[in-house]
Amino acid sequence: MNACDLAIIGAGPAGMAAATEAANAGLSVILLDEQPAPGGQIYRGIETVPEERRKLLGPDYGKGLSIAQAFRASNATYIPEATVWNINPDLSIDYSRNGGSSQISTRHLLIATGAVERPTPMPGWTLPGVTTAGALQILLKAHGGVGDDVVLVGSGPLLYLLAQQMIEAGGPPKAIIETIDRSHYLKAARHLPRALSALSYLRKGMAMMRQIRRAGVPHYTGARDIRIEGAQRAEAVCFSAHGRAHRIETTSVALHQGVVPNQQATRLLGCDHVWSESQRCFIPKLDAFFESSVENVFVAGDGAGIAGANSAEIRGRIVALRVAQKLGDDKGTQIRALQKKLSRDEAIRPFLETLYAPSDEVMVPHDDVLVCRCEEVTAGAIREAVDLGAPGPNQIKSFLRSGMGPCQGRMCGLAVSSIIAERRKENPQSIGYYRLRPPLKPLLLSELAQLEREPTRDEPL
Amino acid sequence: MAMASLQHRTADLLVIGGGIHGCSAALHAAMRGLQVIVFEKDTVARHASGVNAGGVRKLGRHVAEIPLSLHSMSIWRRIADLLDDDCGFQPSPQIKVAETAEELETLRGRVAELNSLGYTHEQILDRQTMRTYLPAVAQHCVGAIASLDDGFAQPYQTTFAFQRKAQQMGVRVLEHTPVERVSRSGEEWKVQAGAQEFTGRFVLNCAGAWGGEIARQIGDHAPVRAYAPMMIVTERLRPFCTAVVGAAGRPLSFKQMPNGTVVIGGGRPGVPEPANNRTHMQMSELRHSAQTAMDIFPVMRGAQIVRSWAGIEGLMPDGIPVIGPAAHAPGAFHAFGFSAHGFQLGPGVGDIMAELIATGSTQAPIKPFSIKRFPQDPTRAQKELS
Amino acid sequence: MFKRINAPKNGKVSFTFEGRSIDAAPGDTVASALMLAGETHFRDTPVSQSQRGPFCLMGVCFECLVEIDGVPNRQACMVAVREGMSVRRQKGAIGVEIE
Ligand SMILES: Cc1cc2nc3c(=O)[nH]c(=O)nc-3n(C[C@H](O)[C@H](O)[C@H](O)COP(=O)(O)OP(=O)(O)OC[C@H]3O[C@@H](n4cnc5c(N)ncnc54)[C@H](O)[C@@H]3O)c2cc1C
Repeated sequence: MNACDLAIIGAGPAGMAAATEAANAGLSVILLDEQPAPGGQIYRGIETVPEERRKLLGPDYGKGLSIAQAFRASNATYIPEATVWNINPDLSIDYSRNGGSSQISTRHLLIATGAVERPTPMPGWTLPGVTTAGALQILLKAHGGVGDDVVLVGSGPLLYLLAQQMIEAGGPPKAIIETIDRSHYLKAARHLPRALSALSYLRKGMAMMRQIRRAGVPHYTGARDIRIEGAQRAEAVCFSAHGRAHRIETTSVALHQGVVPNQQATRLLGCDHVWSESQRCFIPKLDAFFESSVENVFVAGDGAGIAGANSAEIRGRIVALRVAQKLGDDKGTQIRALQKKLSRDEAIRPFLETLYAPSDEVMVPHDDVLVCRCEEVTAGAIREAVDLGAPGPNQIKSFLRSGMGPCQGRMCGLAVSSIIAERRKENPQSIGYYRLRPPLKPLLLSELAQLEREPTRDEPL
Repeated sequence: MAMASLQHRTADLLVIGGGIHGCSAALHAAMRGLQVIVFEKDTVARHASGVNAGGVRKLGRHVAEIPLSLHSMSIWRRIADLLDDDCGFQPSPQIKVAETAEELETLRGRVAELNSLGYTHEQILDRQTMRTYLPAVAQHCVGAIASLDDGFAQPYQTTFAFQRKAQQMGVRVLEHTPVERVSRSGEEWKVQAGAQEFTGRFVLNCAGAWGGEIARQIGDHAPVRAYAPMMIVTERLRPFCTAVVGAAGRPLSFKQMPNGTVVIGGGRPGVPEPANNRTHMQMSELRHSAQTAMDIFPVMRGAQIVRSWAGIEGLMPDGIPVIGPAAHAPGAFHAFGFSAHGFQLGPGVGDIMAELIATGSTQAPIKPFSIKRFPQDPTRAQKELS
Repeated sequence: MFKRINAPKNGKVSFTFEGRSIDAAPGDTVASALMLAGETHFRDTPVSQSQRGPFCLMGVCFECLVEIDGVPNRQACMVAVREGMSVRRQKGAIGVEIE
């Protein structure tokens, strides 16, 4: 099988920009993505969204269209609806599409699988009617749907952006319940001078807050002890704020505590990761060109550390140019220019990270809260196993089956590492994360059986 | 690891390896009154013992292993009393199905051979009887061989339970403490581990796939090599199979756990990297296990794989472990190289090793497992130990 | 309750959920169509039989698993609606039929 120069997983801003840049530099490029159309999560539905909806979603969203168009116009091969389920050490990639399995080979790999929302374990978070904030944004962006009594809970820029978009769409949230700890404001203020170089972000943020206020959306701050009530589905959110108890009835609760890198593919490949104290998550260890500790494996976009859509696009281009350079083209000047641009764009991050750091309640939930949604393992059960002597997430997994359900640990991994770290009074860095193994997504036994045989090293017994 | 005091660096028995064999031997030795330290370079049960298929089987054992397996089984049946933890042990039949008449004939031969040796735990199931045990088995299967009172258990839970019970009995388990050097000085053994030196009358090599290097330092030669059996586990399915199933004509180990997930293995290995504790899956090989599972259990066609994995195990060229005293050095013992079927043997072999070490002898027929079955070099042994 | 901000323009797609007929817009996923039709309960967990519905809508959480045209374990948020498809709740562990 012929190997391409660059294979990319993920068609968000990073993946699309890298594919376009690399193809334009003359590289052979294959981009695989699970969705039927390019855009990733941030530009979901960008090619098909009706114009009026695109307008109400704002210019930041609209920007995705030109990126998608440039990608379509490039020579990159695009394979949509492709679910990557394994990446081998030689960088060959197994994926399934329409019920069959195929394989491609590549000399360089860019993992541009973006971010996932930080799991937010809290009482009642598994009830139907409770979603992530991202889910409601997808419902709005891609499908034009909006709720009539949505309560937004948590913290982070996306929460306010979603509120603003819902207001524009004629379905304002019923309330915003904000979990930011008071102390964060003071701490974040220290990062303001640097953030000022990214003034446009600050302006946008302030405009967003004004619009929410004008729309009259009740806005609770300093919320804690949050609990979602309901017998078979969400019925109300209860919390306390500034010494008072509140209960707001609703059928739709949207949770958000920021986004974190999607680690599945980088963990599978055995890339080194580091715990980021400021982002409170694991980030793959990368060099200045976003190459990981595994040679020829790159990570761009939010998967390389959360920095938003503009940075994602720039990072994608840097990777493409770096690969071209590795293949013999001098791209040094262009790369340096992009690195400079990137550093300006990322200037806002320390401020945002400090202000919107996830609440402790979410990082280390109470004993009776379900942490692993699939296998229904509580925080208390995890602590008990730690007290017995189980040293890390992999032993907890063997012992309690957390992370062994269909989501394969995506929804509990960070929380499990954090809970163990807190219990053992260690840093999550030393606790580590689940060891990931194929398949990256659940795979039919019959799909594996049909896998075309690749010549392999023969290992006689 | 913190600096241990001199007193804490001395014991009767120094065990190298915190797998099921190291932990079981340590516990049984402690029960006989010995002071024991276990050295584990990673964490207890990090390797084969924590990630195996959990099969507790007498079925299909090498004839030499049968007495040890029977002894081990008697401990498994009271494992909860021994360890204060049920280890997820479930008694259940182990059944190996025949897909052709010829295969069934071969199985009949096996039963006849065992009967002639006085063993009666394996028996032939005709097609109909097999189907009462395995209602979901494929129509083409013609019969089976079975050991009806075998079972399975949870590997990590079991090894962890051995560790905890051993610790309660006073055994010191030092994790993240690789043994770098084993040597003999006078009447004692010295173990260099984690920048400290430990002293003991006896040393026991339970280092699994890494047992060859420890053996070398003791002055013995054992051609053990790392081997990485691969496994698949599915999502939860409604209960359809209560036995552990293999196939006579092709590699398979298949069982449905009480929680509904199906664990499939037994096929060709992945690629082990014992030097850095990694294994690589070979999906192009694992696909055969998927195919075999679907052939024997057509109901599996629509089942989803949630995870696959491999573990590092020590494989001997003749497929049976090294158990017993060192070839020449006094006070040194081996129990490693269990060749992908040593989980079931863990409780029993630990007991036998403790007896051997504490009393100097054992009734158990362990001769076939002697390290001396491999060519040894006594002059090299002298050199290693001086 | 969720509603569409604009009535779908280019036609509709009809399918059934637990036998109930649902009208969706082209471009809907099974999950978005069901949410917009007022459905929140997509499956019962195999562990405790508790009710679950879509959580992330981006293929990560596997909470929206349904049975589509007899095939279990489909992520409703990743499958586009098709005319005439039959969608059912996934109740607990996957059943196996012995031939
Ligand atoms: C995937 C798989 C499936 C299997 N299925 C079954 C089954 O169904 N039934 C069955 O009976 N058996 C099964 N086996 C085999 C069984 O798991 C092993 O035979 C058994 O666990 C071996 O135990 P052990 O203690 O010898 O080895 P291990 O568990 O490998 O323990 C050896 C330990 O020694 C440590 N060590 C090595 N060198 C040093 C050093 N220098 N210093 C300190 N520590 C050191 C290692 O880190 C390791 O933890 C399977 C094995 C695998 C991998």
